[in-house]
Formats: sequence, C-alpha cells, structure tokens
Amino acid sequence: MGLTSQSTGTGALKEMFEVQLESPNDIVVALAGNPNTGKSTVFNSLTGLNQHTGNWPGKTVTNAQGKYKHKDNKYVLVDLPGTYSLLANSVEEQVARDFVCFGNPDATVVVTDATCLERNLNLVLQIMEITDNVVVCVNLLDEAKRKKINVDLKKLEKILGVPVVGTTARSGKGLSKLKDTVEKVAKGEIKTNPKMIKYDEALELAIKEIDPLVNELIDNKLNSKWISLRLIDGDNTLLESMNEYLDFNLDKNESLNEKLNSAHENIKKQGIKLEDLRDFIVSNIVRTAENISKDVVSLENEAHNQLDRKIDKVLTSKFLGIPIMIALLGVVFWITIEGANVPSAMLANGLFRIEEQLTIFFNTIGTPQWVHDILVLGIYRTLAWVISVMLPPMAIFFPLFTLLEDLGYLPRVAFNLDHYFKKACAHGKQALTMCMGFGCNAAGVIACRIIDSPRERLIATITNNFVPCNGRFPTLIALATIFIASGTGAFSSVVATLSVLLAIILGVMITLFISKILSKTILKGLPSSFTLELPPYRKPQVGRIIVRSIFDRTLFVLGRAVAVAAPAGIVIWGMANITIGDASLLTHCAQFLNPFAQLLGMDGYIMMAFILGLPANEIVIPILIMSYMSKGSMLELDSLSEMKQLFVDNGWTWLTAVCTMLFSLNHWPCGTTLWTIKKETQSWKWTWMSFIIPTVTGIVVCFIVAQGATLLGLV
Amino acid sequence: MSKKLIPLHELPTGSFGKVKKITAEGNSRRRMLDLGLIEDTTVESLLKSPAGDPIAYEIRGAVIALRSEEASKIFIESIS
Repeated sequence: MGLTSQSTGTGALKEMFEVQLESPNDIVVALAGNPNTGKSTVFNSLTGLNQHTGNWPGKTVTNAQGKYKHKDNKYVLVDLPGTYSLLANSVEEQVARDFVCFGNPDATVVVTDATCLERNLNLVLQIMEITDNVVVCVNLLDEAKRKKINVDLKKLEKILGVPVVGTTARSGKGLSKLKDTVEKVAKGEIKTNPKMIKYDEALELAIKEIDPLVNELIDNKLNSKWISLRLIDGDNTLLESMNEYLDFNLDKNESLNEKLNSAHENIKKQGIKLEDLRDFIVSNIVRTAENISKDVVSLENEAHNQLDRKIDKVLTSKFLGIPIMIALLGVVFWITIEGANVPSAMLANGLFRIEEQLTIFFNTIGTPQWVHDILVLGIYRTLAWVISVMLPPMAIFFPLFTLLEDLGYLPRVAFNLDHYFKKACAHGKQALTMCMGFGCNAAGVIACRIIDSPRERLIATITNNFVPCNGRFPTLIALATIFIASGTGAFSSVVATLSVLLAIILGVMITLFISKILSKTILKGLPSSFTLELPPYRKPQVGRIIVRSIFDRTLFVLGRAVAVAAPAGIVIWGMANITIGDASLLTHCAQFLNPFAQLLGMDGYIMMAFILGLPANEIVIPILIMSYMSKGSMLELDSLSEMKQLFVDNGWTWLTAVCTMLFSLNHWPCGTTLWTIKKETQSWKWTWMSFIIPTVTGIVVCFIVAQGATLLGLV
Repeated sequence: MSKKLIPLHELPTGSFGKVKKITAEGNSRRRMLDLGLIEDTTVESLLKSPAGDPIAYEIRGAVIALRSEEASKIFIESIS
C-alpha cells in the first residue's frame, strides 16, 4: 500500500469533493461517526480554529474541513455528516459513503461512543467493507468510566483487524496517539486486516457469482466484494455515484445485468425474497456488531443509566414536562433581560462617547458637514445602536442556549412537543429548528436540514420566522417593559419576561396552526417516519460552550447585522434628511402608509420602520425613535421612560404596543433569512412564500386585535 | 412457543419485549433496521412523552423515540 492519491490518479476526485489541499502531499483524513458521539469535539480538538465550513458540492449538507499539523505532515480533516449507517437511506449517508468510497481519503477515522459501542460498530463494520485504511476512535471514555462500562480496546483491535484508539476528546486525552495512528495508517506503516462481515450462505454465494466480473469492470479501484453486495441489494444511488465520480456505467453493462439476474434467481431459490434482502444484510451486520460488543464490553453496573432515566422521568413527565420546559425558557430570557441591561447601557455610553470624539475629529480636519452627517450620524450611529442593543443579550443568550444544547436537553424538547407537531402533520424535529430560530432565524432555516422529508423541511423553513429571533427580542422586551410592565416596580423584569414568554408561546401556536394549514393545502401530505434519539445527558464543557456560542453564533450574527446595518444607516439617514416640499421622504412614506397601518393598530411610522428594518430586525425601534424625533438621525434616549413619553406623545396606547409586538412576531423575515431560504430551497417560489405567509398572518392578527379592542371599547 | 404478539407501543412502560416482526416498509423499515431493530432484539419501553405519544424505547443501548405510527408496525413478544 502506501500509495498516495497522486500515484493512483485520483487527485481529481478530491477536487470533485472540493477538498482544500495546500499541497499534493497533504494527507486527507475522513472523520466518520454516529451523531452524538463527540465527533465534532474530536474534529475541533484536532483542528482548533483552523476550519472551513461550506456545503458538499451540489448538496445542502454541511461540509466541514479543518487542517492540522502533526510531526512533519499537513493533514486535511474532512468531517463527514453524522450517520448511523452507510446504506444511503438519506442524502447525508450518501455523502458520507461517497467520500469514503470515491474521495479516496488516506485514512478514515470512525468516532464511536464507548457508552453505546454496539450500535456504533454498525457504521465501523460498514466502513471497513469499503476501505482498509480505518482507525477506530473509541471516544467518551470518561463517560464510560463514570457509568462503569469497560471497553477492552486491545481485544476490539484484534477482532476488528484495524487500529483502535481510546480517547476523551473533550480533555484532549488520547488525541496524540490518534494522530500517530492516523499517520501510520495513511502512510501504510500499519497494515490493516479489516474483519469482513460474514453474510448468509445464499448471499455469500451470490456475491461470489458476480464478484469476478465486478472486479474486472471497476478495474480494482474499489472493494469489489462490497460493490457486488450493494449491486445485489439493488442500491441505485451507488450506481449513480459510480457514474458521476468514476464514469463507470455499470448499469448499462449487459453481461453484468445477466449475472445479477441469475444471482437474484439463485437467492430466490434459497427461499429468500428479494424484498427481504436488505433485512438479511442489515441483520448480518447488526448481529456481527452485537457479538463483537459482547466480547469487548463489560458492565460493572447494570443500572448505569439510572440517573439519566430519573432525570428524563421528570423532564418529560405528563404534568411537569411542558411547564418545566417553559420555565427553563423563562429563566433563560429573564437572565438575558436582567443581565443585558447594564452592559448594554455601558456599551451605548462608550460608543456614543466615541461618536463625540469622531465629530470633533471631523470638525478639526474640516470635513464638509454632509459627509460627517452620513458617516457619523448615518453609519456610525446605526452601528452603535445595533452593537449596544444586540451584543449583550446575544452574549448572554447564546451561551445559555448552547449550555442547554450541550447538556442534551434540546432533544427532550422535541420529544415533549412532537405530539403537537404530528397533529400539525409536521416533523417533531421542527421543534429543534425553532429552538435555533430563537438565536437567529437564518440559523434556524439552515438547521431545517436535519429534517429528511422535503415536505416537512419546507414547512419548518417557512414557519421558522414565527419564532422571534435575537434581533426582535429587544423590540419585544422594550415594548413589554414600558407599556405592559410599567408600574410593576421591582417585578418589571419578571413581568417583561412573562410578556415575552407569552409572545413566544403565541408564536409556537401560530407555527403549529400555519404548519397544519400548509399540510392541508400547498404542502399536502402525511407525516413521515420519525425517529429521534435521546442521547445521554453529558457534563457540559464550559470552555467549548463559550467558544462555540461566542465565535460561531454571537460574532457571526453580529457581524452579519453590522454588515447590513451600515448601508441601511445611509438609506435611513437619506430618507430622513431628503425633504420634498415641507416634509422628509420618510414622513411622506409614513403618511402614505398611515391609513393602512391605522387599521392594524399602528401608525405609518411604525410600518415604515418595519419596512426599513428589512435588512435587520434590530434596527426597527431605533428607526422609529429617529422618525418621531424627526431630527434626521438615530438617537439614544437616556431612559426607557423618555422613550415611553416620546411614543405616548405620538399617539401610542397599550394597544399600539401590543400590535407592534404582534407585528414584530409575525411579519416578513429579515433579508439574511430570506437569502438563506433562497439558498436552502433553491426556489424563488418558496422564498416568496416565506415572505408572504408570515406577513399575511401578521396583518390578519393585528387587524383582529386592533379592531376587536376598538369595538369592545377597550381603548 | 407461539406467544401472542403485540405492537410495540402497547408494551407497558418499564417492561421488555423481543422484536418478532416488522411490518413497516420502505424508508421507514430501513431506518428501523439501522437502529438495530431486527428479529429477537430486546427492547425496553422507557418513557412516555407528556401527550403519551411518542414513546422512548431503549434499543441496543440507545434511547430512541418512536411515534405510535412507527411503533405499531413493530410486533413484539412481551418478556415477563
């Protein structure tokens, strides 16, 4: 062995998979594994921040690649989608299989969970059928130790015939040995001898029947036994991939088709129905995994999962499950609201002090007034607003949210709520995508990839916007605080939290309602199959939570907001400062929108603020304040009570606040989210639908509330 | 020998069963197979969600939630 990809002429294939090689000598390592095995921890620990995420060519499946150096070699680590199997039941499995099979990695590391080895071995065995260059990484050894589960790694290595390395990736234990082993396997210094699954007699005979011909056809490039088996199983996706990557048109080969037919006939003669073939194949794999697991895993304590079970009994209980969930969400919001106040004010003060300095600076160098106004009052002030309003709540919310995620709580949310999603003919995992939507709807839309059925994925995508994102929380919180919670004194942050919580529950109910309508109209269909793993609770890794939530989420979302807010600042400044006749452009537009907005319980300025807020929801309130003050640039009011006074002076009542909150909850998604929807669905139609559906919902809801309250004489 | 088969979702919480027959088809069946649900696999009914459906089962060391639609296509022999 020891052949590099160049000498076998498959370098071009790496380009087809868009592997980012710096030099042809880079060693390419694929990282495979079941979901929830800590595969991403292994990936992060090995590559650090040296990562690059994108999509697999032509697929909406995330492709993460990272680089690391070990001794004198450079490595490119390709993180495959987490899958339970490689039998191509989903796009993720197909992507993972194709890379292991055709991407020709120099080594494939399979990350497994020591606490659940048996099921993980399924994937290991399947990968060993495709390639010899496998390293098995038995991760989460600390969890296994805590649960008193022993895994005999030496014995496992002997049985599997490939190197086995035990790791605790979160503390970095075992990783250097893993790197050493990968190097040896990639360079051919360790000769592996993978254990092959022994299939039922009839299957083995059938494989033998076509293997020689297959081997000849594929020119010894792939494992012919495995290809033969997949052909017998009737795996068309593999044939398609072989055409795509290797230009082998096996399906058009007459003699192969003849042989296949005769192999199928022989199988039938053995009393196996062809439609049961897959059952036989999988059963052989599962039993092999079961036997290996029996040999190498020993439990000191049969009741090792008792604590998890007890926690689950409470968190998913009939009477407490949902209340606990809402309470947890409430606590997260309360901490966010309560905790963000002070840093928000400090940031605002600091940033506005810098503004003064900027003004002095521009005056000193003699910049024309209008240049100063556009740069400082337009762009800088908008940015200062966005940062001071958004950064503190996100820097609190995202780590808390990531903590819940890391503990393993989110799948329980999906478990608790699935029944309601089923009733709406939607997918239970939609609850997970909604959770992501709290942070950022664009992130929520991307998260919809976890839903396999295209119909249910579209429903989740279109309705994601009904969950208020971080950019809309400040609006909801500010309005709830000054119009609903005012006069409640010390409890005002609690009342504000409850109001926001109520808005969210309403958002969830609207989501379910709209999902149901979609399922009965333009996205007709029955719920697809639903399997959800409830992984064991894990001790959270504080360091990783902070890194992940601050870098991957907070700064990402903030960066994007800043990128859209800066040009928006110019537009808004322009509209407020260009006057036609006796009023600014902004006022003209607002007056035009006013009659319509009044019907919905709002006014023209509010409507205009929502329209101008398309680039980023967080600038809605600042635009509104700016238009009311009609001073031509966004202002920082010193206190919320001044803000209330300003609003009341402009005719606001509690009903205006409620309708504005409702419209904030139900209106078009922000520009970034729309752009993401277009990218994910590849369709203008569904992007347009995602725009129109929440907007119509918002108009209807606001109209009913505003007119209802007026009719009942509540205002 | 021929003990009565019951659909998985009727297995009371806390009790065990052995998978005897799977009537699901297509993708749903393949998914079950990938979870290791093959003949004679021991399954424990662990938890009901607040609405009673889905139910979480322990299958080969992993906790998997299935809706009644899926679970009703898995027939088991109750182990007392």
